[in-house]
Amino acid sequence: MTTTTIEDAPFIEPSATAPRNYLNDEYGVLSWLLTRDHKRIAILYLFSVTIFFFVGGIFAFLMRLELLTPEGDMFTSDTYNKLFTLHGIVMIFFFLIPAIPAVIGNFILPIMLGAKDLAFPRINLLSWYIYILGGSFGVFVIIAGGVDTGWTFYTPFSTQYSNSHVFLTTLGAFITGFSSILTGLNFLVTIHRMRAPGLTWFRLPLFVWSMYATSVVIMLATPVLAITLVLLMIERVLGVGIFDPKLGGDPVLYQHMFWFYSHPAVYIMILPGMAVISECVAAFTRKKIFGYKFVAFSSLGIAFLGFLVWAHHLFVAGISIYSAMIFSFLSMIVAVPSAIKVFNWTATMYKASVSWQTPMLYVLGFIGLFTIGGVTGLFLAALGIDVHVHDSYFVVAHFHYIMVGGTIMAYLAGIHYWWPKITGRMYPEWWARLSALLIFVGFNLTFFPQFLVGYVGMPRRYHAYAPEFQVLNVLSTAGATILAAGYLLPMFYLAWSLKFGRKAGTNPWGAVGLEWATASPPPKENFHETPTVTWEAYDYPAFLKAMRETQETKHA
Amino acid sequence: MRNPTLYELQHPGHDPEEESQAHHHPFLQHHFEDLGQQHEASNLGMWFFVAQEILFFGGIFCAYFVYREMYPEAWKAGSHHQNWQIGLFNTIVLIGSSLTMALAVWGAQGAKRKFTTLMLALTLVLGTVFVGVKGYEYREHIHEGLFPGAMFTYVDPNPALTGGVQLFMTFYFAMTGLHALHMIIGAGLLIYFIRRAWRGDFGEEYYGPVEIMGLYWHFVDIVWIFLFPLLYLV
Repeated sequence: MTTTTIEDAPFIEPSATAPRNYLNDEYGVLSWLLTRDHKRIAILYLFSVTIFFFVGGIFAFLMRLELLTPEGDMFTSDTYNKLFTLHGIVMIFFFLIPAIPAVIGNFILPIMLGAKDLAFPRINLLSWYIYILGGSFGVFVIIAGGVDTGWTFYTPFSTQYSNSHVFLTTLGAFITGFSSILTGLNFLVTIHRMRAPGLTWFRLPLFVWSMYATSVVIMLATPVLAITLVLLMIERVLGVGIFDPKLGGDPVLYQHMFWFYSHPAVYIMILPGMAVISECVAAFTRKKIFGYKFVAFSSLGIAFLGFLVWAHHLFVAGISIYSAMIFSFLSMIVAVPSAIKVFNWTATMYKASVSWQTPMLYVLGFIGLFTIGGVTGLFLAALGIDVHVHDSYFVVAHFHYIMVGGTIMAYLAGIHYWWPKITGRMYPEWWARLSALLIFVGFNLTFFPQFLVGYVGMPRRYHAYAPEFQVLNVLSTAGATILAAGYLLPMFYLAWSLKFGRKAGTNPWGAVGLEWATASPPPKENFHETPTVTWEAYDYPAFLKAMRETQETKHA
Repeated sequence: MRNPTLYELQHPGHDPEEESQAHHHPFLQHHFEDLGQQHEASNLGMWFFVAQEILFFGGIFCAYFVYREMYPEAWKAGSHHQNWQIGLFNTIVLIGSSLTMALAVWGAQGAKRKFTTLMLALTLVLGTVFVGVKGYEYREHIHEGLFPGAMFTYVDPNPALTGGVQLFMTFYFAMTGLHALHMIIGAGLLIYFIRRAWRGDFGEEYYGPVEIMGLYWHFVDIVWIFLFPLLYLV
């Protein structure tokens, strides 16, 4: 509508009439670095996490190159230790945890709620600066020679023996933790207090429910990691024995405290993925999500149960058989709410007229790969099998199916789905589909062989291996190459689309939801007037009916 | 071709340019509808922050209890090095500061500019006294060779307990140190609020920031209420 106004008034200078949006509202570097607009902060995060993603990816690729041959001929075992440690730290703390909440959540969540911004815009900007501060510690460590403890910093190796930059790395992780705590706090308050009139809890998009659950986990788990890392730093600096058995400490306590955060952290990473998937499934099937309340509460269920399973990382660390049995049982219980989601998404697709645009391809990838990752998680929750495959490539394959096959697939689905809203331009569909296909094929070729090679006994974290594992490792490295190509493609076609992409318009997917009710890109205040919500979530039947009626009146 | 949005379909003839011209309080941030919403949001935010803090301190309390179970004798020996009279004095100082903080909130609600400023200043003074006394205690401990690590020269009368005493002192310094850090951050915030209170920013409509400051201050006090018996009295 706005565009017709411009065409009707050619004598007015375009700059005076160009629709103002969050991108052209202000110009200059400072208008970005000092912005309090949640949309601009999301873009800041988008750039930063993308950089860290490729840094982490380079480490992964170097490891895959080393593993082409059974001999450790490319890197020393010391360098290899640093590679997998840095890969884990960069990918988990600096990419996976902030990726979906701080980029997509930051951008979309307030708009979905009909709010002008998050509850605390300055704290939102602060969280980005904290992230950058933590991240620069990470970058410094990479340049200064790395760290070799594994991303878990297990004691007493990390505190007494490692000669690498453990202190600076843990300090970086500690600082970055506060960035995600502040984001989680901001989301929680925003969801509680900033919903538009009429937007009741059960009218919220499932994205919001899932982000709510994520934020609860971030708020309650991250501080425990923070204090654990503080104790670790104290032990390393003072040389006291908080976790060192030689000095009276208990290394298993460190593992308990670490995993009390780090297992819930898995849900910090996957729940936002599920948030994106729920939105995309509804938009591309044009249906209400089957069992809305079940999907909503399963997010809270995962968040709650996620706190009760941490000791399944300690089955061989010397915990009692009874607590191992209880944690094994609880770990299996978490599969229930996850399965509810998968079944309900599938049920939503049943007999729907599904449109196969790129985000939906990623959704299918997510559902399949997350299911494989989840079911192999049950293998690992079972005590006997866990003892057999513990610390093998089976575990590596399992969590990559969740983290890469799940979270990154969902992240890419979300980036493509909301790209027109963020930039106002469509991405090129053909290239995007090609990249989705490459990623799916490349991913499976990389990680499925690792299930096999792990099950027959290849241990993780070594730069050399027995020659009989070579075929599967070569397959894996070949897959990683395809995967890398798949990840690089979007960099080019998304950048291309910024200038040459088709103009998206307000609602390119014909989706319901408040974010599709405002311009693309949205104006700085999101809505010119706070909207009043009178419909249920995903009310596609009403939407389609209303659309038919408008068309009929037009024709009549 | 352009798809209409559900919102447009349900609100035909709606003019989005129509801006609301409501009266704006100088401290109402643009993204809130009114001061009530802003107040509730900030309050809830601080409650969530406190929840986060509880988990933060909870972790170190948990580790404390694990080792207390493992080394009860050493814990007892370690706590004998704490001067409970000084601890009690500090506890009373801190509870007093909580009272002045609560009075400051009450003063802010009633737009009592001078009273609020005075109470905030008193809170700051009491907080500083607490941190100062803590510093004195630290100096004494370091003097006794009780600071863990390379400076730990203390040998317990029962030498078998020395290692455990060092572990106890590690927890002592870590827990009270983190607590003192929170006090210092709180003191910094108090200085900021004293300035704002003196300027007359707060009144019946707008007193939220003082109330939130109070929540934080009371939380830090409560942490001490747990630390005092655990470290001094056992």
